[in-house]
Amino acid sequence: MLIKYVPVLFLLALSIFFAVFVVFLSHLLGPKRVHPVKAAPYECGMISLGPTHQAIPIKYYIIAMLFLVFDLEVVFLYPWAVVFRELGIFGFVEMMIFIFILLLGFIYVWRKGALEWE
Amino acid sequence: MEIFKIQFSAADLKVIAPELVLTIFALFVLILSVFVRRQSRGPLGYTALVGVVIAFFSLFLGIGKEIKAFNGMVTMDPFCLFFKVMFLIVAFLTILASLGYTKREGIDLGEYYVLVLFATVGMMLMASGVNLLIIFLGLEVMSISIYVLAGIMRDDTRSVEAAFKYFLLGAFASAFLLYGIALTYASTGTLDLAGIGEVLTRQAWISSLPIVIIGLALLIIGFGFKIALVPFHMWTPDVYEGAPTSITAFMATGVKAAGFAAFVRVFFYALPNLQAYWTQIMWILAVATMTVGNIIALSQTNIKRMLAYSSIAHAGYIMVAFVAGNELGKSSILFYLLAYVFMNIGAFTVVILLGKKGEENTQLADYAGVGFKHPLLAASMSIFMLSLAGVPPMAGFMAKFYVFSAAVKARYYWLAVIGVLNSAVAAYYYLRVLIYMYFREPERELAVGAFSPSAVLAVIISVWGVLQIGILPSTFLALAQRSVQFLL
Repeated sequence: MLIKYVPVLFLLALSIFFAVFVVFLSHLLGPKRVHPVKAAPYECGMISLGPTHQAIPIKYYIIAMLFLVFDLEVVFLYPWAVVFRELGIFGFVEMMIFIFILLLGFIYVWRKGALEWE
Repeated sequence: MEIFKIQFSAADLKVIAPELVLTIFALFVLILSVFVRRQSRGPLGYTALVGVVIAFFSLFLGIGKEIKAFNGMVTMDPFCLFFKVMFLIVAFLTILASLGYTKREGIDLGEYYVLVLFATVGMMLMASGVNLLIIFLGLEVMSISIYVLAGIMRDDTRSVEAAFKYFLLGAFASAFLLYGIALTYASTGTLDLAGIGEVLTRQAWISSLPIVIIGLALLIIGFGFKIALVPFHMWTPDVYEGAPTSITAFMATGVKAAGFAAFVRVFFYALPNLQAYWTQIMWILAVATMTVGNIIALSQTNIKRMLAYSSIAHAGYIMVAFVAGNELGKSSILFYLLAYVFMNIGAFTVVILLGKKGEENTQLADYAGVGFKHPLLAASMSIFMLSLAGVPPMAGFMAKFYVFSAAVKARYYWLAVIGVLNSAVAAYYYLRVLIYMYFREPERELAVGAFSPSAVLAVIISVWGVLQIGILPSTFLALAQRSVQFLL
């Protein structure tokens, strides 16, 4: 039973060996010329303007959360559209119930004021 | 391309009628809550209460012979019926106890009741699922609602801490459970509990024994976290102390009972052939859980924290019946949980009634002299404490009696002895509450507001439940025995 997985073990060992070997080789052979710009965390892009660990207004999280909910709705709607004819009236009713429940959620966040930016 | 035909009939819907009723009521309360003004939020709790009552009556729609619905995913057997009734009792008593409490603490939000209802739906799915994925789904629906409920007092740092701790550790435990499910699926090729049981009766599975055993261990960890077994209990005291008291009662009874429902169903229904492997583990877990829970409870001065450790210890007693695993053992798990529901919700409701805004008056010293100031309430508290300690003629005594006699019948003599010694230790901290109430002079005035009538009703129902089960246990035991019949 387990003998079937021996090739996987070989491949695992081989890939670990190869990765370590290549990194080691480049460390050994590559030229090392360090200067301040190279030693910085990032070599490209803008120089950072200040500390990046800052509190972000909670509003963004709410938007992200709401986006997730309604994005997932679309994720379910596309496959439904593909097999719309085959599923027939059953699928239609089922999806309407699904959309109705999401609609209730939408009314809830709207009335709660989660969609107001200020 | 062939399309997987989803088919179900009205009969399928009848099986999950109580879940549907609770979901509809939860959505209704949610929408209602954003359309009523802040002052007129009173009816929300009552609407949720009506939902629970209607869900109870909708149970009769699904009663029949043992039927499976939704392609054998969900069942409606006596076992899940017993638990569904228990969850509805828990939800009913919790909402009754919450009505005045939420107002006092300023958390009388519609969302509170919505989440209680959704958590109840999750518990019911856990009890009625006969597919590992449905059980996991139920567990998540329940857990996510409870995470939010634990932190619903947003201004109280302890409440937020409780929610955060519970969420992080709970998500971790869910991952363990899911991994256990995945490994079980990998080794047996099915998620259906009956199917897993069937595969494990054949000889061929021996070749994948290591995977099965690892899966088994992960399942034990996942369920063990939810029912707070030592050593997966670390979250319990902090979460139970920080969460709103009514939610603590809900967690200690409902979540625990749901965890045990799924635990019992998975292990006695799908994995009975592995009993030789898991009995030893359970034996150790039972002893550790009882002993650690009771010994740490001895030194607690906060009543919510004390009840948290006591609930750990009670999970240990139930595990004794789990280890015994005979007919009496299985039915005494159900019996114990039912008795525990009444005594524990009762005790927490008394804590709610004696508290005041900001979760004050939860120290044991605050209970000094209560016996003379509020004699009836103190008498009820004494009944709950004596029942938790296991003194006849309360429900707790009969529950312990059945559990330990199951262990003796299954020849686990040492386990029974350790259990009895533990109950003797436990008597100390339960009786200490009585001593404070009746024999100590109050150090300060216990400024308690007017009692909420609904919470008083919850206490009365709990007292009735504790005495009824304790004095006339045979009807309830017969019910429990009939409920576990199919597991034999």
